[in-house]
Amino acid sequence: MNESTVNKNLNNTNNPLDYVGVQQADFDIANEYQLMREGNQQDGAIVFFTGLVRDFNQGNDVTGLFLEHYPGMTEKALQSIVDTAKARWPINRVRVIHRIGQLYLSDQIVYVAVSGKHREASFDACRFIMDYLKNQAPFWKKETTKQGDVWVTALEKDKTAMEKWDKNQQK
Amino acid sequence: MITVIFFAQLREQLQSDKVDLVIETPCSIAAIQANIVASHPSWSGFIEGRTLLAAVNQTMVTTDHMVNTGDEVAFFPPVTGG
Repeated sequence: MNESTVNKNLNNTNNPLDYVGVQQADFDIANEYQLMREGNQQDGAIVFFTGLVRDFNQGNDVTGLFLEHYPGMTEKALQSIVDTAKARWPINRVRVIHRIGQLYLSDQIVYVAVSGKHREASFDACRFIMDYLKNQAPFWKKETTKQGDVWVTALEKDKTAMEKWDKNQQK
Repeated sequence: MITVIFFAQLREQLQSDKVDLVIETPCSIAAIQANIVASHPSWSGFIEGRTLLAAVNQTMVTTDHMVNTGDEVAFFPPVTGG
């Protein structure tokens, strides 16, 4: 995997700090949190989620993983998910970072942050973005295990998690 | 001509990252799958696999989606990011 960092700013002029990024480099949560707060007097809630590399998955002892993506489509898919969340909930800033390439145990993989006036919309939108990312953003994990390299299998529970948002909308 | 690109486990299974097809357009994704399998019979289990996902111009589509010359077509397994 190359070293390239692909960044794309959202087209929302009200939120110059909105961000969608696919990058090899690590990210700093403290710095990211400040970017959600900075000059922000309108929001009463910030919700964020971080996903990490863990040591045991799908029956294997994991020592690391390699994240492949589809350059261009991945950024587009993430942007589309964020746009959908923004259209559905009264939220303000949204920042999404997903790493690619070789990662090791306890490394950060993904970050989603959402701010809004109230917590309910921010919690829901953050979870919605993660649930859709898991199903629609073209990333693939290949785990390095003591039994050899293993492609991670997509799980039905992740699909169910995404589909529940459709049911909610139909209420 | 249509070029189909492959990602992740599918690319490793096929031992190929893309294939160029001579096929009349517009044609469906299903027709592209059949065309690939006709020239690479050993790929049928992968190219016609139940879980295969397809994207055209970097948006996921279903197998009835019509593809035109110049479109970017990609096949890949279910995604596992996050």
